[in-house]
Amino acid sequence: MAETVLETAGLTMRFGGVTASDNVDFKLKARELRCLIGPNGAGKSTFFKCVTGLLTPSEGHVFMRGQEVTGWMPHQVASLGVGIKTQTPNVMDALSVHENIWLAARRFFTPVEAVARTDDVIDRLALGSIARTDLGQLAHGERQRVELGLVVVTDPWLVLLDEPAAGMSAADVDRMTGIILEMTRSAAVVIVEHDMQFIRSIAETVTVFHQGAVLMEDHVDRVMTDETVRRVYLGKKA
Amino acid sequence: MERSAKRDVVVTLIVSAILIAVMPMLIGTYTLTVLVIYGMLGLSLGLIWGFGGILCFGQAAFFGLGAYVYAIAAVNIGESTLPMILAVLLPGAFAAVLGAVMFYGRLTDVYLGVITLVVTLILFKFINSTAGPQYVIGDARLGGFNGIPGFQTLNVPGDSGAYIWGDAYFYVCAVALVIVFLLVTWLLRSSFGRIAIGIRENETRMALIGYDVAARKTVLFAIGAAIAGLAGALFANWAEIVTPNLFSLGQSAEIIIWCIVGGLGTRLGPIVGAAGLAYLKFLLGQQSMIDNTLIMGLVLVIFVLFLPRGLVPAVGSLWHASVGRTARRRPANRRMRRARHG
Amino acid sequence: MDISFVILVEMLYAIASLVLISAGLAVVFGMMKVINLAHGEFMMMGGYATITAVGLGVNVFIAMLIVAPLVVGLIGLVVERLVIRHLYGRLVDTMLATWGLSLVFIGLATMIFGNTTTGISTPIPGFTVGAYQINGYNFFIIVMAVVLVIALYAVLKGTRAGLIARGTMQRSDMAAALGYSPDRIYMATFFFGSALSGLAGAILAPLVGLVPTSGGAYIAKAFITVIAGGPSLIAGLVSSATSFGLVNQIFTFAVSPVIGEVALLIAAVILLRAMPQGITSRFFKGKL
Ligand SMILES: Nc1ncnc2c1ncn2[C@@H]1O[C@H](COP(=O)(O)OP(=O)(O)OP(=O)(O)O)[C@@H](O)[C@H]1O
Ligand SMILES: [Mg+2]
Repeated sequence: MAETVLETAGLTMRFGGVTASDNVDFKLKARELRCLIGPNGAGKSTFFKCVTGLLTPSEGHVFMRGQEVTGWMPHQVASLGVGIKTQTPNVMDALSVHENIWLAARRFFTPVEAVARTDDVIDRLALGSIARTDLGQLAHGERQRVELGLVVVTDPWLVLLDEPAAGMSAADVDRMTGIILEMTRSAAVVIVEHDMQFIRSIAETVTVFHQGAVLMEDHVDRVMTDETVRRVYLGKKA
Repeated sequence: MERSAKRDVVVTLIVSAILIAVMPMLIGTYTLTVLVIYGMLGLSLGLIWGFGGILCFGQAAFFGLGAYVYAIAAVNIGESTLPMILAVLLPGAFAAVLGAVMFYGRLTDVYLGVITLVVTLILFKFINSTAGPQYVIGDARLGGFNGIPGFQTLNVPGDSGAYIWGDAYFYVCAVALVIVFLLVTWLLRSSFGRIAIGIRENETRMALIGYDVAARKTVLFAIGAAIAGLAGALFANWAEIVTPNLFSLGQSAEIIIWCIVGGLGTRLGPIVGAAGLAYLKFLLGQQSMIDNTLIMGLVLVIFVLFLPRGLVPAVGSLWHASVGRTARRRPANRRMRRARHG
Repeated sequence: MDISFVILVEMLYAIASLVLISAGLAVVFGMMKVINLAHGEFMMMGGYATITAVGLGVNVFIAMLIVAPLVVGLIGLVVERLVIRHLYGRLVDTMLATWGLSLVFIGLATMIFGNTTTGISTPIPGFTVGAYQINGYNFFIIVMAVVLVIALYAVLKGTRAGLIARGTMQRSDMAAALGYSPDRIYMATFFFGSALSGLAGAILAPLVGLVPTSGGAYIAKAFITVIAGGPSLIAGLVSSATSFGLVNQIFTFAVSPVIGEVALLIAAVILLRAMPQGITSRFFKGKL
């Protein structure tokens, strides 16, 4: 049995009257790949933010590798070795691709080593041609790819990706799929996505969120054919 | 990287040597001295605002604090070396405490502005009200709005009789500015400086990478305050009196104007802005047609509206455009000054 | 007995003057998310407008309650068209530009009125309670503050303009969606806010000697009262003016007026640290 790297117990987040995250119990094993799906406003991003410390949950607990991290600041969570990509792109616009990724690498490595790792990631993500370009001048898909680079370069053991494929071309998505699969060799990965095709291509276990709570959690094939999920999901989407 | 760093130092040294040699032929050293001091004060805000994204409406507080610490210590000690050191350390320590309170509270731009402004006002009001004889620190009477005159001015370390004044004092200040400039350059090239710039660009991302944003901003804020404190001590020596006006809102406004006019996100901009505008003010002071304050205000409004990046970056991109090279990237596209508010 | 009455009046007066000082800034900030750092100078100009009008033979109350708000409102309109409108959505730039404007106005006032203190006498006589002398004008200020708050509430709650204003405060794109031009709303708001600043400056002018730099004494207090008040316009204004007014007076009585001021400012720093979004983000939620 692999170790549990991420666990939440009764995680609840309320905004005034809205319960955006409702009593979520969630468990993730080392090197597991998990997809989260759910209609817009289901509370997926809120769940992520509670886990990463961007929000302090109203109730409940978060554990990482057995350690309680509830109420920690984002930098403390990240310092454990957790790589995070938020839904809205979060990058340093006035800095170049190289500088962006170097800053992430520098957090855990010496300056020299950080440069080496940055160059390596730039190769792996095929960012070489734009390495000296400012993020502000890049297209959305490229920015997403750079943000993935910020996550990969630190060798995290837990990776949380909020809609990494949004706005990417098919070729970009393919490349990203490769990178994510590579990451799962050393890290547990949680991905929030709406792109069903992408999820089918990558997922095994899928957790479905609905109105803040976990609706079901099962193998991707069974989730995709489940009546309730179809109704909840497609009902909103269609 | 290493080679360009060396070149930077060499160029800085050559240019400043030429300036230090030539400028006294154009402007009297007494006036030049205060321009240099203001340049250092401008640089202190330019560092934390332009590179750290910290909007401080009260940089004058640290300037005034440096001046008062120097004056009070000099009266008590009668020799200038330790007072100079204290004038750097105490404002830095004060800023570290204040910064920790603000940054760990995750306060955004506007609130930072309010609090720094209010702290300046507190100091101003408090010092202003200390005219009574009961307000003494050691042998130094605080003197309220009259300030503290007659303290020991700068002397050769260890020899309290050997005063440094006149032309010599100008050279001391100029060399101090060059040293501070080189230190700032080094800081910005170091990992610390590059991380600070990353934080200016995107705090959330830097936190998600794992950097303790609050701690780093606090340290940068304290460094800026220490530089302002040094400028304050040098100013005290130049003016030979310290008064509460050093803490005034007008003084804070001026520092901000220097930075905006010179250009944020550059090391040179705030220095040029400070020295240039202070000299302009000096020239204007000799006429009485148009009010000085009015002109400073107009300059600020016009720059915010029409040249928000400031002179140095604008001249820089003109230069690069005309020479035909790609314009060097300037990070200061003023995003840093936009609060996450409306 | 007498002393407690005097203290009560002093407390109310401190709160009322904070309300007056901050109202104009609060309206502009609440509606437009713009902090007008020239607010203090708008008040200063309200004072000068009053004094000039009185000098020209206008009745003092007409000068204070009508001339000053109109003059300053019009100045505000010009400022909005020339400067503020180009900076919407750029909060910090607006603060900087209006700080520049404040210096411009100080300079202009110095050139026109000179750097000397001018003043008008309070138009309401004082009276005594037991052994204590009470400034009758303080009552006038308390009454004016109450009237102002009630009027603001009535306008916001009861009129169409108020409805649009409330919509704009909640969601700035709302009014546009309803077909009202945000440009015109902002213009009207800035006029109204500036007029309030002018009114406050005029009402407070008889109490202070007026100099071109008088605004500096107001702006910090107004600034912190508004920011500490938080998202709700009226509830925020009243609650933070009350908190700061009380702190100020308690320390003024216990120690000295200067310490009262310093205590007010320190209270502001502590309050902002504890509630960065202002009092009404935690209390009186959803109130006006
Ligand atoms: N800061 C906030 N304040 C108030 N309500 C919020 C806040 N953040 C999220 N919500 C609400 O919480 C609910 C869940 O939002 P969340 O962003 O977690 O959904 P999501 O599943 O990520 O949706 P999407 O697929 O669109 O990204 C929504 O109803 C949203 O309006
Ligand atoms: Mg989401």
